[in-house]
Amino acid sequence: MEQHSHITLPKGSIEKTTTTLNIGPTHPATHGVFQNIMEVDGERVVSTEQTVGYIHRAFEKLAERRPLYQITPITDRLNYCSSPINNMGWHITCERFLKIDLPKRVDYLRVIIMELSRISDHLICNSIVGVDTGAYTGFLYVMQYRELIYEIYEEVCGSRLTTNIGRIGGFERNFTNTAFTKLEKFLNEYPGVLREFEKLFTRNRIFMERTQGTGGISAARAMNYGFTGPNLRAAGVDYDVRVQQPYSSYQDFDFKVPVGTTGDNYDRFLVRNAEMWESISIIKQAYQKIQEFKGADAEIYHADVPEYYLPKKEDVYTKMEALIWHFKIIMGEIDLPKGQIYSAVEGGNGELGFYLISDGGRTPFRLHFRRPCFIYYQAFEELIKGGMLSDAVVTLSSLNLIAGELDA
Amino acid sequence: MALTNTYIQEKLVEKFNDQVFQFSTDSGILSFESAAENNLKVLQFLYEESSLGFTFLTDLCGVNYPDHQGAELVVVYHLHNFIENIRIRFSIGVPVVKPDVFTATKLFESANWMERETYDFFGVNFIGHPNLKRILNVDEMDYFPLRKEFPLEDQTRIDKDDEMFGRG
Repeated sequence: MEQHSHITLPKGSIEKTTTTLNIGPTHPATHGVFQNIMEVDGERVVSTEQTVGYIHRAFEKLAERRPLYQITPITDRLNYCSSPINNMGWHITCERFLKIDLPKRVDYLRVIIMELSRISDHLICNSIVGVDTGAYTGFLYVMQYRELIYEIYEEVCGSRLTTNIGRIGGFERNFTNTAFTKLEKFLNEYPGVLREFEKLFTRNRIFMERTQGTGGISAARAMNYGFTGPNLRAAGVDYDVRVQQPYSSYQDFDFKVPVGTTGDNYDRFLVRNAEMWESISIIKQAYQKIQEFKGADAEIYHADVPEYYLPKKEDVYTKMEALIWHFKIIMGEIDLPKGQIYSAVEGGNGELGFYLISDGGRTPFRLHFRRPCFIYYQAFEELIKGGMLSDAVVTLSSLNLIAGELDA
Repeated sequence: MALTNTYIQEKLVEKFNDQVFQFSTDSGILSFESAAENNLKVLQFLYEESSLGFTFLTDLCGVNYPDHQGAELVVVYHLHNFIENIRIRFSIGVPVVKPDVFTATKLFESANWMERETYDFFGVNFIGHPNLKRILNVDEMDYFPLRKEFPLEDQTRIDKDDEMFGRG
């Protein structure tokens, strides 16, 4: 046969016994921008190399030129399945750094929003695991109830996905009665839905066979790989930032930290489901505590920090002091104290940390985001090595990787 | 016995004498520094000494202080002891002309990508790293973007004729 001289194959590519398979960056089996270059032997994964960075947006560099309040919208775009947690995590970091004490009611309102977003985060992840094992129904079904959560966000802050919710010191406005009505509706309807969702999956023969024993990791390896959040708890380590370093008055709530044993896809699924039940319970407790505030206390929705909390618009038009603060905040003319802080919250998929260094300027000198999924995605090769290619797809989604957070 | 910052400090000083310095407990977390060539010794001691047990690397990142002569680049480790629930911060400084640091990947698998990220953005050369190449930026990039010498675009610049973005 005539030799095609224009085709040059890499050396050794004819002799080798494995196939190189490129998955992604955009592929129906990956939820987000993930590229994996895999070596497969038939359907077995021999090795893989993850490529990340396709949607890198230089957030850490951008943050060095922004006053604190302008960094909140950046944090939205990290884990966009639970942006309110990122927003609150950033506000809490600033408040700890600036030594601002919050009224209890603000803490409880924040807890409600954070737990709602934890539910929406876990809901997406678990239902996507369902989709990848061949059960589309569960996903479509629970999406309706994520919608209820998004309607609550909409009522509180005006937006849905990238929320920019809250301000340093509290919320931009008080929760309306409609917001509480929507919350009640969610609390009434959602437990039944979650029960049904669990009924569809938890003891489903096909689902169990697809997820049990795949993508497992031991507790020691998980810790060495820097796992946090549900993925670490599924391996049997009961580490939860909400318990270990309580923020936003989490110490006032009574909840359990569910753990698994094998760290496989099935345990991760169970841990997330169990956490959703705990979140519902936390929201109920928080809502009850909020209803106990009476009189003027029941109207508090922010701390008194004029340097960082924007005054009401009508005050800006009529009062000198409010006008001054408004101007100073908007123009970013407030110097930060010197120092550094590492502060973490329990995000949807692990410990979301903010490492803030200030040299006394108006913007952070350096801001580093500890993004949980960037750190634990390294373990992906170890999780899927030797397993089937189709299990690798399930493992990818059950790790709850969010491309926005991965690439920052 | 509950692990305290004072105990950690005493243990470190006992082992390393004046090789560890700059102890402080600002913002409630013990932080200290050491010379760059000692970073692995310190990390390993913190990991293996049974009464300390800092077996979890929470975070590793770089910082650029252009004014710190001889230590322009700083690598910061945040370590966590889950059992005692205590965090510490450990940092080392290296000169920007020769930013060589020993890799922590032998101790923590999680350090792999975090070190690649630090290399990618600050150009810290992690000696012994199994796969030290850029991770978030494109491979062809020939600078280290989080160093302070690369400023963000100045909003007031006028040399760009770009009507679409309100300039020029």
